[in-house]
Amino acid sequence: MKFGVLQFPGSCDERDAVDACARVGEAELLWHRDPDLKGVDAVVVPGGFSYGDYLRAGAIARFSPAMESVIAFADAGGPVLGICNGFQVLCEAGLLPGALLRNVSLRFHCEQIGVEVVNADTAWTRAASPGERLSIPTKHGEGRFYAPNLDELEANGQVVFRYAPGENPNGSERDVAGVCNLQRNVVGLMPHPEHAVDTLTGSTDGLKLFASAVAAIATH
Amino acid sequence: MRPTMSDPSAATPNSSATPGVDAAVELGLTPAEYALIVEKMGREPNEVELAVFSLLWSEHCSYKHSKKLLGTLPTTGPKVVMGPGENAGAVDVGHGLAIAFKVESHNHPSAVEPFQGAATGVGGILRDIFAIGARPIAVLDSLRFGEPTSERSRYLLDGAVQGIGHYGNSIGVPNIGGEVYFEHPYEQNCLVNAMALGMAETDRMIRSAAAGIGNVVVLFGASTGRDGIGGASVLASAEFGEDDPDKRPTVQVGDPFEESKLLECSLELLERELLVSLQDLGAAGLTSSSAEMASKGEVGVDLDMSKVPLREPGMAPWEIMISESQERMLCVVEPAQVDAVLTVCEKWEVHGTAIGSVTDTGHLRVFDGDELVGDMPVPALVDDCPLYDLEPAKPEGGAPTIYDAPAATLDHDVSDPGVTLLALLGSPNIASRKPLFQQYDCLVQSRTVRRPEQADAAVLMLPRGGAIAVSIDGNGRRVAADPYRGTMENVLECAANLACAGAEPLGLTNCLNFGNPEKPHIAWQLTESIRGLGEACRALDAPVVGGNVSLYNESAGGPIYPTPVVGLVGELPDPAYAGRSGFAREGDTIALVGPFAPFLPGSELSKLRGEPLPDGLEHVDLEGAKAAHAAVRDAVRAGAIASAHDIAEGGLLVAVAEAALFGGLGATLQLPLDDFADPDRLLFGESPGRGFIVSGDAAALEALRERTPVTVLGTVGGDALSVDTGATSFAVTLAELREAHGALAPLFP
Repeated sequence: MKFGVLQFPGSCDERDAVDACARVGEAELLWHRDPDLKGVDAVVVPGGFSYGDYLRAGAIARFSPAMESVIAFADAGGPVLGICNGFQVLCEAGLLPGALLRNVSLRFHCEQIGVEVVNADTAWTRAASPGERLSIPTKHGEGRFYAPNLDELEANGQVVFRYAPGENPNGSERDVAGVCNLQRNVVGLMPHPEHAVDTLTGSTDGLKLFASAVAAIATH
Repeated sequence: MRPTMSDPSAATPNSSATPGVDAAVELGLTPAEYALIVEKMGREPNEVELAVFSLLWSEHCSYKHSKKLLGTLPTTGPKVVMGPGENAGAVDVGHGLAIAFKVESHNHPSAVEPFQGAATGVGGILRDIFAIGARPIAVLDSLRFGEPTSERSRYLLDGAVQGIGHYGNSIGVPNIGGEVYFEHPYEQNCLVNAMALGMAETDRMIRSAAAGIGNVVVLFGASTGRDGIGGASVLASAEFGEDDPDKRPTVQVGDPFEESKLLECSLELLERELLVSLQDLGAAGLTSSSAEMASKGEVGVDLDMSKVPLREPGMAPWEIMISESQERMLCVVEPAQVDAVLTVCEKWEVHGTAIGSVTDTGHLRVFDGDELVGDMPVPALVDDCPLYDLEPAKPEGGAPTIYDAPAATLDHDVSDPGVTLLALLGSPNIASRKPLFQQYDCLVQSRTVRRPEQADAAVLMLPRGGAIAVSIDGNGRRVAADPYRGTMENVLECAANLACAGAEPLGLTNCLNFGNPEKPHIAWQLTESIRGLGEACRALDAPVVGGNVSLYNESAGGPIYPTPVVGLVGELPDPAYAGRSGFAREGDTIALVGPFAPFLPGSELSKLRGEPLPDGLEHVDLEGAKAAHAAVRDAVRAGAIASAHDIAEGGLLVAVAEAALFGGLGATLQLPLDDFADPDRLLFGESPGRGFIVSGDAAALEALRERTPVTVLGTVGGDALSVDTGATSFAVTLAELREAHGALAPLFP
C-alpha cells in the first residue's frame, strides 16, 4: 500500500502528510509538474499555500500536470484525500462539491478541536465509527465550507465531518468540516489529520483516516 | 579604453560627479566620517560609492555605537557551533544536528506600516537561518506597544500580529511562542522583534565568506525594485520625526510564497553541494551582502548592475545596489557549477542570474554593463567605520527622571486580594495571549510537543531523539528601573521558563532595543544592561551566539523603556517528559520553590496603581536562582512533579491562578500572611526568575528542599482558587478567573 503526497510550490504540510502516511504504509512525494503518479494506491493533496494562494486558494494548483492525473485517478475510483489547501484544490478541480470561503472572523485561526465523523462509509473514514469524535487541529483563514445544495449533499451522505458543537472555527453552515464525492472515494476536510498522529504532539486520532485508506485498498 | 569587469586594472570609475559632504550628512554620515571616507578612498566618493558607504557606515550595519560593548559578552562554549558574526548562531544538539537561531528587530518599519513591517521581519530572520544551511523549524515574536487604550497601539498590534501570522503561516514554519507588553513609552516606537530557529546537519552548514578567485556570484530570488530603498538601514539609524508617513515607501513589501520557493531552492542547492558560500540580502541589500561576503573571504567582488533582474525599468545603479527588495539571496559558485545552480533555480521557479565574480582586487567594484560606476576598498567599507565610545551617565534620581509614571488603573485603596487578583489577570500585560497566538500556526512540521499556554517554554522534539525548549523574554519596565539588575532578571526569567519545561540552556540570542545612544542616559542604560546580560549569561553558562541591536527608538515623547529581548534555546533528553505549566491532578500538593524574594516597586501591581518607577531594584541572587532552576529542571525530567510555572508579572497569586487556568483545576491555599507587614508584597510582589509554582506529590516536593527553598502552599482541586491567609479568606471561581484572563479578546474583533 503506497500513498503519494502532491507537492506544489508553496505547499507546507506535505512532509507531515508523508510522515503520517508512513505510519500505516509507504509514502512518497509527487512533484506537481510530473503527471506520473508512480503507481501509488492513494493520493493525498496536502495543506499549505500552493502558489501562494494567489488568485484564490487552490485555483492555480488544480491546473498542474499532476492534478490532471489525480482527476483521472479519482474518476477511476482511486482514494484521494484533500486536507485544508488540498480540500480547496479538490473543490477547484471539481472533484468535490462546494467551495471554501474566508472565515467569518476574517482571521487565520489555529486550534485543537473536536471533529465528529458523520459518514464512516467513505474510503477515508471506514476505520472510524459514525458519531465518533476525533481530536484534530485546524488551522486556516479560508475554511468556511459553502455549497448552495447543502440539503442535497446531506441527503446523499456527502457530509463526512462536522465540527463538534461550539467548536466551529470558521462559521461554516451546519458546522460542515469535510465532504466527499458521490462515489465516496474522494474526501476533503479543513482539519489536519496528518497533525494528529502522535501522542507527543497532541493526538493520534488522525491516523484513523490513513488507516481507512489502507483498509479501502485491501478490500478493493 | 573603458574599464570593464574583465579588466583588473580598472581603477577609477567613469562617473566623476561627487555629491560632496552635504549630501553625505543628509545620508546620515558625520562630516568627520565623510573626511575619513575621502582619506580611505584617496578621493571623493561618487554617487554610487557614497550611497554604499552611507549604508555600511550606518548604525544598523556597522554597530558603531554598540560593537565595543558587545565584545564583553561571553560567546564561546562547548556546544557553540557558530557564534556571532555569521548570519545566525548555532548550537550542537547531538546526533550530528545543530540548531541555528537568532532574534532580530523590525521596529522602525513596523511603526510605519505594521503589517508589512512585521511580515518582512519574519521573512528576514528566516533567511538568516536558511542562509547558513538550516531548515527553519520555528518562529517566536516579541512585541511592545503603547497602552491598548490608544487607537494607534491597537492598530499597530493588529497589523503586526496579522503580518507575522501571514508570513509564518504561509511559509509553513510554526510560530511556537512569544510575548507582548503594553507600556506608554512604546506609544510612538513600537517594538517588533522576531526570532527564528532552524535545524541543520552540523557538518553541512555553510558560511558566507566569498572564496575562489574567478568564481561566479549568482543572485537568486525575487526581482529587484525600488521598494525599501534605504528602508531598514535608514529607518533604524535615526529617531522618528513628524514626517513618518513620508517614510512609508521605504518599508519593504514581503511575499512569503517567493520566500517559500527561495527556501526550498537554497536548501536543494546546499543539499547538492553546488555552493561555495551563501548570504541573504537583508538591510542595505546587495551592498551589505556583497561587502560582507568579500570582507569575510578577504577577496574582492565585481558586480554588474545591468544583469540584475529588475521589477521596474530605469533604476540607477545606486538604487539597485541599495534596494531592500525582499526574498533574495546571493551565492558564490564555481564556474563549472553555474548551469546546475540555474537549473535548480528554474525547478523552483526562482530567478537565478550570474551578476558578478570573485576577484583578487580586495575591492567592491560596481559596473553598469561595461562601465565602472563604483570602486571601493572592501576593508574601508566593512572595517574602517569608526567605533564610538559611549559617554554613559546615570541621571540624578534614575529612572523616574526619564519616564513619566504610568496612568493609574487600580485604586491604591483596594484591600480585597481577590479584586486585585482579577484586576491583574485582566491587565493587558498579564491577560491570556490566546487571541494573538491562535492566529499563528503553532504545529506545522509536526514537532511541537508543547504549544503556547501548555508550558512556560515551547518544546520541539528532534528527529534523532531528545528535544529543545525555547523561550523569548523581555521586561523593559524593570530594565528601565535598573538596567543592570533588570537585565539579569530578564535572563533569569527566560532560563526559568526553560527549567519549567525540563530544559537546560545551550545558547542565547538577544535583541537590544534602546533609545539614542549618543545621549548619556541612554548610554548608561545600554552599558549597564549589557553588563548585566554578560554576568547572567556567564552565571548560567549560556553563551551569546548572535543577536541584533536596535537603537534610536525614541521620538519627541522620549525614549522607549530600554528593552533587551533574550531568546534562549535549551535541551531536554526526552520529549515525553516535557514539563507543563498547568495543574494536572486533583489532590496534588502545591509549593513555592526557589529563593523567591518579592518586592512591589517595579511590579505590575505598582504599574496598575500608577506608581513611578523605582530608582533601582533589589539584589539579584544569581547562584540561588541557578540552583532552583536545576532542582526544578531535574524534577521535571524525572517526571517527579506534575507541573511547574515560573512566577513572573503579577507575582505569586497570579502564577497560581495561571496554573489553575492552564490545567482547568482550582486550588486551595493557606498563606501565612501574618509575617508580612504588607500582604500585597507576598501575594503580588515580583522577583523574576527566582520562584516557581510547582505541583505534585508532597514527597517529591519535599525532596526539592535539599537543593532550594520549598514552602508548601496548598492543594490542587475544585473549581475555584480559595485562599486562607489566617486573618482573612477569599475565593475566586475558575470561571471568574477565566473571564478576567480573556480581556484581550475584544482587541481582535
